[in-house]
Amino acid sequence: MGRIAKRIYIILIFVFLYAPIATLIVLSFNASKTRAKWGGFTLKWYVSLFQNRDIMEALYTTLLIALLSSLIASVIGTIACIAMDSMKKRPKSILLGITNIPMLNADIVTGISLMLLFLSFGLKFGFGTILLSHITFNIPYVILSVMPRMKNINRNTFEAALDLGAPPLKAFFKVVFPDLLPGILSGFLLAFTMSLDDFIITHFTKGPGIDTLSTKIYTEVKKGIKPEMYALSTIIFTVVLLLLILVNKPEKEEKKILH
Amino acid sequence: MKNKKNLLASPFIIWSIAFIVLPLCMVFYYGLTDKTGAFTLDNIISIATAEHSKALWLSLLLSFISTVICLLLGYPLASILAKLGKNKNSLIVFIFILPMWMNFLLRTLAWQTLLEKTGVINSVLQFLHLPTLNIINTAYAIVLGMVYNFLPFMVLPLYNSLTKIDPNVINAARDLGANGLQTFIRITLPLSIPGIISGITMVFVPALTTFVISSLLGGSKILLIGNVIEQQFTQASNWNLGSGLSIVLMLFIIINMVVTSLFDKDGEGAVL
Amino acid sequence: MSTKLIDLQHISKSYGNNIVLDDMNLYIRENEFLTLLGPSGCGKTTTLRIIGGFENPDSGCVLFNGQDITNLPPNKRQLNTVFQKYALFTHMTIEENIAFGLKIKGKSAQYIKDKIKYALKLVNLDGYEKRMPDSLSGGQQQRIAIARAIVNEPKLLLLDEPLGALELKLRQDMQYELIRLKNELGITFIYVTHDQEEALTMSDTIVVMNQGYIQQIGTPEDIYNEPENAFVADFIGDSNIIDGIMIRDELVSFLGAKFPCVDKGFGENKPVDVVIRPEDVCLVAPENGVIQGEVTHLIFKGVHYEMEVMANGFEWLVHSTMMFPVGAKVGIKIDPFNIQIMNKPASEDEEAVGVEE
Repeated sequence: MGRIAKRIYIILIFVFLYAPIATLIVLSFNASKTRAKWGGFTLKWYVSLFQNRDIMEALYTTLLIALLSSLIASVIGTIACIAMDSMKKRPKSILLGITNIPMLNADIVTGISLMLLFLSFGLKFGFGTILLSHITFNIPYVILSVMPRMKNINRNTFEAALDLGAPPLKAFFKVVFPDLLPGILSGFLLAFTMSLDDFIITHFTKGPGIDTLSTKIYTEVKKGIKPEMYALSTIIFTVVLLLLILVNKPEKEEKKILH
Repeated sequence: MKNKKNLLASPFIIWSIAFIVLPLCMVFYYGLTDKTGAFTLDNIISIATAEHSKALWLSLLLSFISTVICLLLGYPLASILAKLGKNKNSLIVFIFILPMWMNFLLRTLAWQTLLEKTGVINSVLQFLHLPTLNIINTAYAIVLGMVYNFLPFMVLPLYNSLTKIDPNVINAARDLGANGLQTFIRITLPLSIPGIISGITMVFVPALTTFVISSLLGGSKILLIGNVIEQQFTQASNWNLGSGLSIVLMLFIIINMVVTSLFDKDGEGAVL
Repeated sequence: MSTKLIDLQHISKSYGNNIVLDDMNLYIRENEFLTLLGPSGCGKTTTLRIIGGFENPDSGCVLFNGQDITNLPPNKRQLNTVFQKYALFTHMTIEENIAFGLKIKGKSAQYIKDKIKYALKLVNLDGYEKRMPDSLSGGQQQRIAIARAIVNEPKLLLLDEPLGALELKLRQDMQYELIRLKNELGITFIYVTHDQEEALTMSDTIVVMNQGYIQQIGTPEDIYNEPENAFVADFIGDSNIIDGIMIRDELVSFLGAKFPCVDKGFGENKPVDVVIRPEDVCLVAPENGVIQGEVTHLIFKGVHYEMEVMANGFEWLVHSTMMFPVGAKVGIKIDPFNIQIMNKPASEDEEAVGVEE
């Protein structure tokens, strides 16, 4: 009885979370150009998608920004974690507090504060300003993922490596880095996802003539979203879904064997 | 050795000062000056004008309602998930991570299609001979959009704090004579407070400050404080006023953090 | 003869394909200190959780004072549990922890206050009322967990490896403490542990379990001196377990020699397991021994020497207060009543025998 109720509850939540996604997927196959009515099944948006230079350019910008910003954030964040690990409690907690500001503050405030900064220093709004902003809000996610790993690292292993004659940098990459790697990777992935999904901060820090997918969609809202956008989203979603299934599946089989 | 290690922190420290601290100072500078650069409190006081205070009040109201709904929907979900055991992590991924890969603007826009007068939901309702739902372009649709977008942010910290509870602590309460409800009220609920606190913060702050959800689902008539600020920057180009209102907004974020931290004695909920 | 307080009848429990308990029968008398002893995964904790009401058996029933409580939820049972790692309520003070059960039952404030005082005195922690559990050491938290359980005046206290997380010295102190508590309270204890020394020290009755079956039930002396099968012999203390042939009643042959023993009724020329405790192996001059060997290892253990002796292709473990250096030739002699004879398990399945008392 209770079990069934729980099942139904989870299913309802899933329907709630996935109904819009299903809608978008259905719309990507809709022959009618308006989303209000169903005009029959078509694949034409998937074809025209690749001929639409605007969308492909926005996709390119989005992916490039996400990749670069999460890479740079991973480097800065990891180095910061290593440095903070040996700091005294006070400066460390101040630094961690600053790290948390972009996460706790409203995106709109972060966005306008960066906009004001770039304006005051006369920076040209464009790819560079978007990248700087994305790095800024990505660093906290990296630190958040790497910091707990840092705590678990046994200082003795690093010292043991030094003791056995490894120079410090080599000792770090041979001994400490492999332990940090899972944290850095998950931080990187989290940062990449956040960067990809961001609209608000990009909205305030982008210049004219450059768009990420998010800002492109926002400008299209009033004119009507191009169906190619639905097609593109469906492709991205399906690829990630397949990747997730691939990643999760071997784990499950392993677990069965262990039992 | 030690100095060298501290030197490692410098890229991050410089970055933080340049792109976190300094920009916030700019907001305060613009917020507390007028166009000529002279000190003024007008930008902040302007929150009291009818238009602005109405937007702020509506934002507070809608984000409060959304937070409560998220908590009520999310708590049972988190506790069901927590009881499923640790090997059900893929479910968590499907709830939290996967939807994020579908653009959030598109997902929110899809609700338009679902909610429209002749949309999917109403077609189903009509088919079942139930009264139709006309909430698109109303505050209800905005609340729905907020709950939809921010529910995962509520469930995740709740799930984390619930899985941290030793099952034997629950067993101990039962063993000492507490029934299911007593155990929940006196043990499970108090022990999950850190999760509730961070869940509330993670939903309330973005809900209070959103301008996207209201402009996508609320039509053009409903203005939240986020919309007002956004317009000052993108249309009116009145950065001073926009910054002033942002300062007010941050004040409410800080109030929220202070109030919630009063309930969180251990400070566990401070980060995520 | 005192009455049966708990009676487990034909209890079976499995998780998926994994059978944890198979048709288990066991009863516990009032005022008994009974220990469920066995390696991890033997079903001892599951047994305890079924008695506590945290698990439902797949089949069988649990009787409490003759009444069927199989489907009664834990909060309705007249027994309390001391959990592994204590399971204290970390968001409550010590006082609130101890008062929890009493408040649920709606006792008066004065009664609760007196009880807290009494319980803290009993566990030697008077004055700790306002402290938080986190500020206490492991041993102190342990005592609070016991105090929290016993203020409810249960007829039966279940203890799930309560000393497992403590260091050796503290664990030994707590063993005496638990015996004292049991005597003062006059209630029944069911104790779960994998530590044989703990079981031997405290229990009136030990139930040795393995792979979901009861291997042997008996007093600590019985279990130690008369193990019923090789598993019990091996699990309780060190043993020499040797393949042998029961030639006839009171005569067994192993390692190429014949030894008189006291066991009867195994039949003639039957293969058996012969179990000999290391302290029961007498080392003598070679010419006086039944078989001869050579000392291969020697360790000083404080109370005794531990030696390994290679004799007739078997490495004997010997505990003795007499020292023989490595390389010394020795003879081995065993008193007939120190030789335990056990039936060989016919198959893997039978290795775990269900035993009823």
